[in-house]
Amino acid sequence: MTLLSQIINGIQIGSIYALVALGYSMVYGIVKLINFAHGEIIMVGAYCAWYLIARLNMPAWIAVFFAILLCVILGVTIEIVAYKPLRNSARISLLITAIGISLLLQNLAQLLFKADPRMFANLFPGSKPFLGLQLTNATLVTIAVSVVLMAALSLMVSKTKIGKAMRAVSEDKAIAELMGINVNTTISFTFAIGSALAAIAAVLYCCSYSQIEPTMGSMLGLKAFVAAVLGGIGIIPGAVLGGFLIGVFESLTKGFISSNLADAVVFGILIVVLLIKPTGIFGKNRREKV
Amino acid sequence: MMNIRFKSTKSRYILNAAAVLALYGVLYAMIENGILNRYAAGLLMTAGYNIILAVSLNLAAGFLGQLPLGHAGFMSVGAYASALFTLGLEMDGAVEFPLALIIGGLVAAVFGVLIGLPALRLSGDYLAIITLGFGEIIRVVILNLSFTGGAFGLQGMKRYSNFTNIFIFAVITLFVISTLIKSRHGRAILAIREDEIAAEASGIPTTYYKTFAFAVSAFFAGVAGGLYAHHLCILDPSTFGFMKSVEILVMVVLGGMGSLIGSVVAAFGLTLLPELLREFAQYRIIVYSLLLVLVMIFKPSGLFGRYDFSLGKTVDDLFIKLRAPNKKGGA
Repeated sequence: MTLLSQIINGIQIGSIYALVALGYSMVYGIVKLINFAHGEIIMVGAYCAWYLIARLNMPAWIAVFFAILLCVILGVTIEIVAYKPLRNSARISLLITAIGISLLLQNLAQLLFKADPRMFANLFPGSKPFLGLQLTNATLVTIAVSVVLMAALSLMVSKTKIGKAMRAVSEDKAIAELMGINVNTTISFTFAIGSALAAIAAVLYCCSYSQIEPTMGSMLGLKAFVAAVLGGIGIIPGAVLGGFLIGVFESLTKGFISSNLADAVVFGILIVVLLIKPTGIFGKNRREKV
Repeated sequence: MMNIRFKSTKSRYILNAAAVLALYGVLYAMIENGILNRYAAGLLMTAGYNIILAVSLNLAAGFLGQLPLGHAGFMSVGAYASALFTLGLEMDGAVEFPLALIIGGLVAAVFGVLIGLPALRLSGDYLAIITLGFGEIIRVVILNLSFTGGAFGLQGMKRYSNFTNIFIFAVITLFVISTLIKSRHGRAILAIREDEIAAEASGIPTTYYKTFAFAVSAFFAGVAGGLYAHHLCILDPSTFGFMKSVEILVMVVLGGMGSLIGSVVAAFGLTLLPELLREFAQYRIIVYSLLLVLVMIFKPSGLFGRYDFSLGKTVDDLFIKLRAPNKKGGA
């Protein structure tokens, strides 16, 4: 029974990782950048929702809507202000900029909201019996919302015009531009989608873990990134599978070995994946050409 | 008359040695006479091992062209190894301390090879992430081991670090890395930075040189860790987190990736600046992160770019300038 409940816990946190990993993966696929600031967008989404609900007493669904809106605006602004000027410079500069933005957001939040954690009220209280286990409603909502969003996202990428444009830009920016695709809009749109998913992931995360703090995004973001690499970065089903796997591994480690070592195990998985198959589970090997 | 030219390598070594000795003499005299108080002397020592950290990271980031994000991990390995060494042995400080530093450096270098061999097969972004992951793993492991003191940290090291030995090790680090860069091996490392595929096609064993540069970089980070451990006399695993790695990276990026003088100036400046702006302490990291972003957007090459300072050349140029008007007059 404990095994089953640990696995369900793992699937729950894994679906949050998967939502965040989708953001990393899409952005990496399109601009070849590890967007370190993505984790901080989660944190901003969480604080926005918390502030609106706990301080301004807004109804939850309006708060969630505004959190998503704020994250989208923030994500797109970061892209335009910090990443766009560097699009043609060395990749290492872009990466350092992303780290800088991430630290900036984290410390601004620390200044605004102070470092001590805040309590976030669960939006989905109660629980339901399932296979002899008591599952909280938060767990069920998290898993359901994630699955629906992931299905919608993969439909959008494969069927709609903007999805086609995203795939084209990630394949070859210059040629996509020649085909009449507005590359800038497409990149901004990718950041917007990623940030919106991050905001939803933030709210779902808070419902189950009930604590928010300025540094919450960095570890969550890093683990989601590991998930994206595990599944194959730039590949949408890969990010989903990677997210679930990392979540399950992590909660099994917490349940049966030691909760202190969970982070080390996640990064250990990353190192093993990079050694055995650097392109990830779904990744294809690409020859390097001169 | 003024025909001294520092053209030969030997004469330049002598000139540099004289300059280093003079700098040491001035600083030492200032500390001894109390012109620099204890607090300022302590800052100078902090700046010293920050310089070692920045210069060693510059070898991997600026000259090899990779982006390691786990430099604090190597530093912590060196710090713990040397601290455990001096705690475990009862020897004379003059023998024990240099040995401990070298052991700290070697253990860090071994970790550098261990993490470098697999990681360096990967390109830039993945390398950054794998070193970051590795830094975190080291921190978590140190936190959970019993002989490292766990979350309480290590205490009871003797205060061996002083201005003299930190100065000596900073000079050794600068000397080794700058001569390394100018050697055949250094040119191989630079070639890998410029174009890895072309370097490999020209017969440079890229994996060997990448691992080598990584190990040297880790070695000096370990030495700096040892100096740090015997300066503060207390080690707390939480100080060696991702933030510390970023702090070192800011020094390298601000000074210029691929410029040793840049790293020295930036490490020195970024050690002193927060102390001068004490009342703004809470804004320190905000300023750091803004600096990173602004430097990357407006001057990605950093303050010094790839410029490197050469005393011999500067003095020569000065003499040539001094002589120039005389020549005109004579003709």
